[in-house]
Amino acid sequence: MSPLPRQALASAFLRRKARWKPLEYGFWILALGAAFALPSQQLLLSEIAILALFAMSLDLIVGYAGILSLGHAAFFGVGAYAAGLLSLHLTAEPLTGLILSGAIAGLLGLATSYLVLRGSDLTKLMTTFGVSMLISEAANQAAWLTGGADGLSGILIDPIAGLFEFDLFGQTGYLYCLTVLFAALVIARRIVHAPFGLSLKAIKRNSRRAAMLGISPNRRIVVIYTLSAVYAGFAGALLTQTTSFVSPDVLAFHRSADVLLVLVLGGVGYLYGGVIGAVIFTVLRAWLSVVTPQYWMFWIGLVLVALVLVGRDRINPARLTAWVRTKTGRAAPSAAPLAKEEA
Amino acid sequence: MTPALETRALVKRFGGLVVTNDVSLSIRPGARHALIGPNGAGKTTIINLLTGALTPSSGRILIGGEDITEASPFARVKKGMARTFQINQLFDDLTPLESMVLAVGERLGHGTRFWRSLASDSQAAAEAADILERFRLADVMCLPTRGLPYGKQRLLEIALAIALKPKVLLLDEPAAGVPEEDRHEVLAIVRDLPSDVTVVLIEHDMDLVFSFADRISVLAAGRLFAEGSVAEISRDPEVKAIYLGDAA
Repeated sequence: MSPLPRQALASAFLRRKARWKPLEYGFWILALGAAFALPSQQLLLSEIAILALFAMSLDLIVGYAGILSLGHAAFFGVGAYAAGLLSLHLTAEPLTGLILSGAIAGLLGLATSYLVLRGSDLTKLMTTFGVSMLISEAANQAAWLTGGADGLSGILIDPIAGLFEFDLFGQTGYLYCLTVLFAALVIARRIVHAPFGLSLKAIKRNSRRAAMLGISPNRRIVVIYTLSAVYAGFAGALLTQTTSFVSPDVLAFHRSADVLLVLVLGGVGYLYGGVIGAVIFTVLRAWLSVVTPQYWMFWIGLVLVALVLVGRDRINPARLTAWVRTKTGRAAPSAAPLAKEEA
Repeated sequence: MTPALETRALVKRFGGLVVTNDVSLSIRPGARHALIGPNGAGKTTIINLLTGALTPSSGRILIGGEDITEASPFARVKKGMARTFQINQLFDDLTPLESMVLAVGERLGHGTRFWRSLASDSQAAAEAADILERFRLADVMCLPTRGLPYGKQRLLEIALAIALKPKVLLLDEPAAGVPEEDRHEVLAIVRDLPSDVTVVLIEHDMDLVFSFADRISVLAAGRLFAEGSVAEISRDPEVKAIYLGDAA
């Protein structure tokens, strides 16, 4: 098949799978360009970047660890409150606040990860749901700390690293969110392309076989669940820092449901799904709420049902060609699948 | 010599139903041992007990003289136990190469590497490529597993177990469902398994059992009904009556 020895071929294939794709470069260039090309949309763009980070964090546990969550807002909300409280009581420096908020959300993730190691998918789903309700109600009751139903206001954020001041149009805010999103993606990308990430995939796809390869899943799930909580905490902190306000809504159930919807819209298990879903969801919502202010949820629902029933495999253009090929019974040329592998 | 695999008075009850009844097996290192018996004899239950998918009601399991009765399935793998499945348990959307790098990497203890790329693990990649070559999978190693012909998937099923360098390999009907024209390939691979690996073959196909095994244990209704060399078992009139009679 090739004059190359098998081993070189194998290494080359693995390298190619992990390599950055042209579409990825294109996406980030567009996202950066938007900071300058769309001056009036910076707040919307920040919203997208935050939702994208939040959905990417959910993808780490849904798409890689195979744990369905309906309570991911718990980590987002804790991150948001932590950032608010830190800026009010400790330091208004945003990077420090961001990192500490992520760490606090991560601690909660670590503590609750042990609850999702056992039981059926439904048990895990309900556990995540229950944990988020507990946190939400606790925040509501602890009014002395969280401001209760009024939330936290009067938050002032210093310039980032003492250099970049948050401006009224939100350009600094958007660039800040985009940078954090990009850094989070680079790190997540590295991890999912490492042996650790592959073993997570294996556990999710076929836990029986994974066990028979000697993979003990629990500790790995704890690690990725914690990382996911850190990312969700970052997203929450970004929301607080760019809006200077924390409302109890950051812990609301609809936020957990929305982020799952966003992830399903964009596709599970390849990191960019959350990002793409966030763009589609936010733009669709902004557009539909102008066109049909009262019924925009109806249309989002319709898109979701269509997507799930038709199956993303057939919508994704790369897979579409592969699907057509299997249906028409033509054998794939051996080089083609390499080129079509997704990130 | 210490047996490679041993069970002592193994019992498994589900409520009042005894599915494994006082089974004591002793399998010497390097053996080619077949476990046969009619449907419902409890062959699959024994595999599940050996690999740790089920916990025995009583009795012990030893691998190389070491008691593993209480060990988790992953711990047993680390002690040298590997199995293949009667129905393929593969990673459908991974390529054979990725599956194999995963298996080899786990054995080398690289599976928890968090920060280094898969491609940088040249040791695992090289070994994976070698095994794939040996199992006649090199040509398809970069294609998604789900699209491979059934015979190739069957080979991958065995290759994944071999990648773990097991001491004891449990083969659960390796040729099941393989189309006639691909059978010889699977059988050749089974015949050529490394001779230092102790192989326990669970099989329906008597031709395969007689050509492959040096010893045979016959299970019936959860009990060890007979055990002996191929010649002894094939002559045994009672075995014929319960098993070979309707198979021949």
